[in-house]
Amino acid sequence: MIGRLEGFDRSLPVWIATALALVALMALPLAWLGVMSVSGEGGGATFAHYRDAFRDVALQKALWNTLVLAFWVGVSSIAVGAPLAWLTARTNVPGKGLIRMLVLASFVTPPFLGAFAWVMLAGPNAGFINTLWRQVTGAAGPLFDIFTMPGLVFVVTAYTFPYVYIMLANTLALIASDLEDAAAIHGAGRLIVALTVTLPLVAPAVVSGFILAVLQALALFGSPAILALPAGFHTITTQVWSFFQFPPKIELAAAVSVPLLLATALLLLVQKRLLGRRGYASVGGKGGVRRTIPLGVWRYPALGAVLGVMTCAIFLPYAVLAKAAFSKAWAQPLSWDNLTLANVSFTLFEYSSTKDAIVNTLELGVVTATVGAVMVALLAYVTNRKLVIGHQVLAFLALAPVVIPGVVLAVALFIAYTRPPFVLYGTLAILFIAYLTKEMPVGYAQSDATFKGIPADLEEAGRILGAGRLRILRDVTAPLARSGIIAAWCFIFIGVIRELSASIILFTPNTKVMSVVMFDLKEEGQFGAIAVLGLVMLGLTFAIVSIVQAALGRDVLGVKD
Amino acid sequence: MIRRYVSLAVAGILILFSTGASAEDAARLEAAKKEGKVVWYTSLVLPSAEKVAKLFETAYPGIKVEVHRTGSQRILQRVMQETQASLKIVDVIHTSDAGHFVLLKQKKLIAQYTPAGVEKFPAGFKDKDGYYFGLRATVNAIFYNTKAVSAADAPKSWKDLLDPKWKGKMVTAHPGYSGVIATHVLALEHLFGWDYFKQLAQNNVMIVQSANDPPTTVASGERVVAVNGGEYSAYKLKKKGNPIEIVYPKEGVPLVVSPTAIATAAPHPNAARLFTDFTFSRECQQVMADSEGLYTGHPDVKYPADKPKLSELKLLSVDAEELEKRNEEIKKRFVELFGA
Repeated sequence: MIGRLEGFDRSLPVWIATALALVALMALPLAWLGVMSVSGEGGGATFAHYRDAFRDVALQKALWNTLVLAFWVGVSSIAVGAPLAWLTARTNVPGKGLIRMLVLASFVTPPFLGAFAWVMLAGPNAGFINTLWRQVTGAAGPLFDIFTMPGLVFVVTAYTFPYVYIMLANTLALIASDLEDAAAIHGAGRLIVALTVTLPLVAPAVVSGFILAVLQALALFGSPAILALPAGFHTITTQVWSFFQFPPKIELAAAVSVPLLLATALLLLVQKRLLGRRGYASVGGKGGVRRTIPLGVWRYPALGAVLGVMTCAIFLPYAVLAKAAFSKAWAQPLSWDNLTLANVSFTLFEYSSTKDAIVNTLELGVVTATVGAVMVALLAYVTNRKLVIGHQVLAFLALAPVVIPGVVLAVALFIAYTRPPFVLYGTLAILFIAYLTKEMPVGYAQSDATFKGIPADLEEAGRILGAGRLRILRDVTAPLARSGIIAAWCFIFIGVIRELSASIILFTPNTKVMSVVMFDLKEEGQFGAIAVLGLVMLGLTFAIVSIVQAALGRDVLGVKD
Repeated sequence: MIRRYVSLAVAGILILFSTGASAEDAARLEAAKKEGKVVWYTSLVLPSAEKVAKLFETAYPGIKVEVHRTGSQRILQRVMQETQASLKIVDVIHTSDAGHFVLLKQKKLIAQYTPAGVEKFPAGFKDKDGYYFGLRATVNAIFYNTKAVSAADAPKSWKDLLDPKWKGKMVTAHPGYSGVIATHVLALEHLFGWDYFKQLAQNNVMIVQSANDPPTTVASGERVVAVNGGEYSAYKLKKKGNPIEIVYPKEGVPLVVSPTAIATAAPHPNAARLFTDFTFSRECQQVMADSEGLYTGHPDVKYPADKPKLSELKLLSVDAEELEKRNEEIKKRFVELFGA
């Protein structure tokens, strides 16, 4: 719109380079994935791997389990996340700051760590909750067995609902009260208003939240590995991962990955179709008053319900992790006899992987978040200001990795970067690429929203005064977009820290990250050491996010009072 | 604590004196120090592995041991993936699946090297071509939780585990992860055939990965009987006061000799040899027997009095070549029977 007025814009090479980088990031691995899935033994093309994959009864079961898991996680994440978002965004529920902090705590907790904690809480025999249940009721059986599909859904939901929450809380904060008021004036009760006015207005966000949660659950590796494998069932992700065991069946892994990729793409297409036809001018408008809805006598019961949810997601898991970190035997009662610092000293001072893993993780987190935040900011700027032809393609490319489950991405990257021309396997670079690709959509969505909120007039003023596009970006736009970009940085950083599904395939011994080390320890049954590392990881993440939040002067989750 | 360090220092000095004798050794030590570290892929349970590493680092200051501990099958996977990508990372490979070493030898991924002092080891600990040697040994046994099961009720034999009264109460480790378990499955398959595992799977057995985990699972009470697992892990847990007891079934116990070898492409070859020699020294082998509950091939090692001698047990041995040939079949059948 503005750029076309010039003969040659010197910023053009920057945009083109960004676009090419984006294409290269995904095109090469995905092309390899496709090639590998049809490559025969002695060269030549074959569909044998696809045939093998779909005839395999075990794989069919795994696929079914994955669908069941993803669907129920989607449903229950909405059931938990939506009321929570409504409560904090629109009502006078007490302790909003606390609630948001707890949601953030759940957001930064890696699902595999949560799963591990819940093994100690609700293992059918030794789990604390079940032990207590037996003592109190004298029952023979457990109250709740975590090594089941419902157990898996439960745990995954506890760490996935924040995605729904973030999406909805932001939308709810944008809905003006006029429409609701109109309904109220016509005599509708609060519940009716909520159901007939507010709900339809946020429906797109609900659907998006559902799909986001489904995609998360679909791509998850750690929680199924910890909860499903002991019970003797697989999901697609654990199955794909097992294809890497010796002798490796990379072709089969590729052949399973391609349909998975297509399925997630289809899911997003459906979402677009569902939402694309409607207009939501009433959501995005400026102005309009947002009134707080009084909960009356329900204020404290509502807070109680929220804290109940958080007990499952945060309080109990953290408590049991802390206990395991400081006890000799996690299943024994907490007594002086059982108390020890041995786990802490072993993990921090004797276990030689700890230091390297912490350094690698932080390095990758900071580098990926920084490069990623700059990249998504540039991209969002270009697409919002329509600076280049085909900016829609750029937006699409930036959002496209959403459809690539971490395991699939890892398979593709593994194939692409273990052979010339780019041998990146064995370096941190391959993990960096994986993380950057994987976190691109989340970062882009955040940046896109930021730039949508910055009017172009200020930039135009700068242009009239003779400043170049890059200068304006630095002096005018960047300061305005600062807080949004830092929020994108946080999202990417958190995403990197809790990543396991791609790392587990791409790591080598000198590029271990904390999540991989913890998974190794889990397979060996070193509960104390994982608990210590998990607490260290959460402490570090929280410290860094808090520092950034303080610098930002607002909530990372993007919800303003 | 202090006493431990003093004894470590003494051990270190002894080793320095005994190995620093010839000029050749001095040159090797110098070269190893220049390399600065040795990368050890090991399936030895983590605390034990780190202990061996610390012993070595105390004996040879300036040479670091990088411990990468995971399951035997994962180690093989790593070595193969890294070879394929032409990465040279590992120096010393140590797993509990003797079959791996047959394969690695065939593919020329391990080098011939005879550690000092192994000539006195029994034949079962030595490769006839001199590529790999048994660093340690353990047996598979049955474990039960003493709070939940009385000695009278406890299973006495492998066949006892098929009793439906144990349904939902048992735990197994995975041959797709652990070499100890792959060996175990092959040994029992010889004895009873796959039918045994088919019936065992009917009992709804919980699946964990590492051979160290069935003992911890039983000690925690999550399951009350372990149908396999590394006896040394259970012994250590028992010594620490956990409610766990070991049963050596009357049909015999699968013996697992865990070999070690130096990678052909080892980036730190001198440090690798120095480290390998050290791990076969009587001092190191004695520590493994004393505090880690392991058996070794070293004829001069003394065992704790409360541990049965290998000669007192009926041992079930498997042939490394057969294990190599049947490794994939074992994993596949296990997954089919147990579900994951």
